Amino acid sequence: MRYQPLNLGRWVLWSATAIVFVVAPLMFTESFALTLLIQMGTMIIFALSYNMLLGQGGMLSFGHAVYSGLGAYITVHALNLVGKGAFYIPVPLLPLVGGLAGLVFGVLFGYVTTRRAGTTFAMISLGIGEMVYACVLMFPGFFGGEAGISTNRVVGQPYLGLSFGPAIQVYYLVALWCFVCIAAMFALTQTPLGRMANAVRDNPERAEFVGYNTQHVRFLQLALSAFFAGVAGGLSCINFEIVSAENVSAIRSGGVLLATFIGGVPFFFGPILGAVVFIFFVVALSGFTKAWLLYLGLFFLVMVLYAPGGIASLLLMQIPVIRARRFGELAAPYVAAFAAALLALAGLIGIVEMVYRLSEQGARTELALLGFAFDARDLAPWIAFGAILAAGLAALRRATRWLGARWSSIQQDLLARQP
Amino acid sequence: MRQVIELRDVHKSFGTTKIIHGVNLAIGAGERHAIIGPNGAGKSTLYNLISGRFPLSAGQVLLNGEDITGLKPHEINRRGLSRSFQVTNIFHNLSVYENIRCGVLWSAGCGYSFWHRVGGLAEVRRRAEQTMERIGLARRRDVLAGTLTYAEQRALEIGITIAGGASVVLLDEPTAGMSRTETAQAIELVRQVTEGKTLVMVEHDMGVVFGLADRISVLVYGEVIATGTPEEIRANPAVQEAYLGALHKETAHA
Ligand SMILES: Nc1ncnc2c1ncn2[C@@H]1O[C@H](COP(=O)(O)OP(=O)(O)OP(=O)(O)O)[C@@H](O)[C@H]1O
Ligand SMILES: [Mg+2]
Repeated sequence: MRYQPLNLGRWVLWSATAIVFVVAPLMFTESFALTLLIQMGTMIIFALSYNMLLGQGGMLSFGHAVYSGLGAYITVHALNLVGKGAFYIPVPLLPLVGGLAGLVFGVLFGYVTTRRAGTTFAMISLGIGEMVYACVLMFPGFFGGEAGISTNRVVGQPYLGLSFGPAIQVYYLVALWCFVCIAAMFALTQTPLGRMANAVRDNPERAEFVGYNTQHVRFLQLALSAFFAGVAGGLSCINFEIVSAENVSAIRSGGVLLATFIGGVPFFFGPILGAVVFIFFVVALSGFTKAWLLYLGLFFLVMVLYAPGGIASLLLMQIPVIRARRFGELAAPYVAAFAAALLALAGLIGIVEMVYRLSEQGARTELALLGFAFDARDLAPWIAFGAILAAGLAALRRATRWLGARWSSIQQDLLARQP
Repeated sequence: MRQVIELRDVHKSFGTTKIIHGVNLAIGAGERHAIIGPNGAGKSTLYNLISGRFPLSAGQVLLNGEDITGLKPHEINRRGLSRSFQVTNIFHNLSVYENIRCGVLWSAGCGYSFWHRVGGLAEVRRRAEQTMERIGLARRRDVLAGTLTYAEQRALEIGITIAGGASVVLLDEPTAGMSRTETAQAIELVRQVTEGKTLVMVEHDMGVVFGLADRISVLVYGEVIATGTPEEIRANPAVQEAYLGALHKETAHA
């Protein structure tokens, strides 16, 4: 009986997720939004698979792109062979090829990496990442060198009336796979292996003394995680119709670590949020400014310092406050902190953009931000943005103090009410 | 009586320091065996050797007549030997229930399954809930283990150890750091949960030891200087000399 509402909540949550996937592309009309959504779906799978290692198994990997990247390479070859008529696999099932490839490489490399945990695991994963990257460049016959291997996803007869030429069809393919993978990875957390992965993360020694070989637990967890990474790789191959050395690079491996961390390692759904934000930075922001990587890095830094549980933890922290019907007290300080943060951000952006313009040879030094036009070679905008940044930071400091005071008084009341 | 645990001339050195010098010990089925000895005598080290945490420098360990020397801790656990730790060794970020369930999973035959839903395994749940009842933590089911009180963590430590239903249980100072009432409760718990099992226990509280144990071994500087029933141990002059006497003096001073 006690579990009834919980199950209901779960149904609501999963249905809502499904609805979001269905309606998301209908809300945005520009084709750019669709590109963004497709990449977010792929990244969600990739980040969740990464968190099977980091969050659930306590394995910090610096080479997770190996599995998505090699999965993508195998998919691109499969797709090209299908195009040549060598055999037939319907395009919607190609991500499965990527997944199986990921699984095979997961078994292969995982056997080596998971022999150790902790720092050693991290170092070996880094080494394997570098090794695979070097191999990809070394065998251009198979991997296509720097340029990579391109393909055409429209092959053979339309499958169920779908050619997968239009981006919207690709979107729904990604959305379907994404939904299925989220469900599958969630289900995995509820299995004996998933639970023992948590135990091995927390206290590997004790896990040994209740009958579990921690090495096997890590190995199986990694192999399964590599499968999902491979699916993500297969989807990205279908989307971009090209796979290059970048797909297995340390940049990708670092990216998925960033995304997962930003979203929230301790929570299953954290990486979903992280993937969305990360793709926003990488794809959307990179269209506006050359400094996007700097902003992403700063954002990551702020999260690591002030919210190590990621965006998910920030959201979940509010739940007890909302339950106690005291969120209203926090609204004002939240708004104040948000406004102050925006002000500081505006100042920071102004300065960063000016620095970028001045440092770049031959770039135009006139800029416009929020309708204000100015020239980076003048002194006035530097003073103005510096002042805005300083004012914003000062305001932010006061606002967070205010917020902190209210927050701790609410927490004390909540604690006092507990039995 | 059938020997459940047998140590044959076991030696252990850390680097050049010899900690265990040729221990021979035989513990029979269903026996409650206490190991006593002064601090640093090597009691915990002996446990670590039996349970596979450390490799032996020399000698042999047998479990139910089979040689288990050099096996990994998980292999030894699967043969029916389970141990607790002197320094609480639990899964801090998991709930009480999940901690206990970790102790159940292997012995319930779940293995590394990633195709069963753990919540749907009725046998696992039944055993975990029964264990929580027995250690008195049923009401703390969903509390994170790291936030329990010290005495509760000690109870959980025992709970994880016995949850799998191992037939041989090694407890390393289960009452360490407890108050008198807590100790009495913990010992009652130990008595109940090890009914019909072979129990080996390291314990400093002499009242507890003489009340609970069928036989006692005295370990001093890595050597077993005596093994016998509580009466024999109490009457043994060497033990008096090396250990009990010293302890009596200590308590007399305090
Ligand atoms: N891993 C290790 N490396 C080096 N020395 C160790 C190690 N473990 C234990 N020792 C040493 O072995 C000796 C015996 O330690 P042990 O913990 O077995 O004693 P004990 O009888 O359990 O004592 P206590 O009653 O304090 O628990 C101590 O001198 C200790 O310093
Ligand atoms: Mg000890």
